[in-house]
Amino acid sequence: MRNNERARLLDEIRAIEFMTIELNLYLDTHPDDQKALNDYNTYTKQLMALKDEYQKRYGPLSNFGTAVSEYPWAWINNPWPWELD
Amino acid sequence: MWIYEKKLEYPVRIKNPNPKMAKLIITQYGGPDGELAASLRYLSQRYIMPIPEAKALLTDIGTEELAHFEIVGTMVYQLMKGASPEEIKAAGAADYFVDHGRGVYPQSAAGNPFTAAYIQSKGDPITDLYENLAAEQKARSTYEYLIQVADDPDVIEPLKFLREREVVHFQRFGEALMKVQEYLESKKYF
Ligand SMILES: [Fe+2]
Repeated sequence: MRNNERARLLDEIRAIEFMTIELNLYLDTHPDDQKALNDYNTYTKQLMALKDEYQKRYGPLSNFGTAVSEYPWAWINNPWPWELD
Repeated sequence: MWIYEKKLEYPVRIKNPNPKMAKLIITQYGGPDGELAASLRYLSQRYIMPIPEAKALLTDIGTEELAHFEIVGTMVYQLMKGASPEEIKAAGAADYFVDHGRGVYPQSAAGNPFTAAYIQSKGDPITDLYENLAAEQKARSTYEYLIQVADDPDVIEPLKFLREREVVHFQRFGEALMKVQEYLESKKYF
């Protein structure tokens, strides 16, 4: 069964991250668009805060020194992204 | 280097197995216009891009294509999971099953294994960016066809998301092409 709170938070992260992906690609070809850059920075800060919240509760979202883990090593915890949760 | 994020760019929650659909969708995993080809194409071409905008764009779109590779792999995995050998046989997917079981293997819908012959990296930024414009349209067409033969909303929604991303990538590559052309023109005169 889905862990509803975890899945909800992940959906929220995904929605904000989608905005950062869109703006990132746009900024690659429009580096002088200050409005887009401000939006990018705003969404990025929101995204970082949401990821912090998620990782405190459910363990690392990313590997190789980008998030600390509680004991025992929580990176290996199920579910993995291809699994129905 | 790359960092892995333990989540999909777009969620995939397919409740009903469908081996027939898995065998078709696999083409966007390892087929001629699939996500693996897209990612390898852009990440290999980026080295010779002459302007920072194009180096960044190829890196970022190449990276996003890897996220799409994972979405498509997840769809295939979930579509095969729980299907009995009888159901797989009835769905016309027994050929895939005897070679790969319920595993995910990069091949086209017609069963051809992935090959780098699907991509080009020509050492010419204009040529490469034109190739990418065509590649994005070919991927969009493939997603259109997959949507036309799908009937499960759990399958159609991620396919629609992926189709829309191809449209955005096409737009951005067009802008990069114009910038590279301007840059090469300006170098002629100064
Ligand atoms: Fe694409």
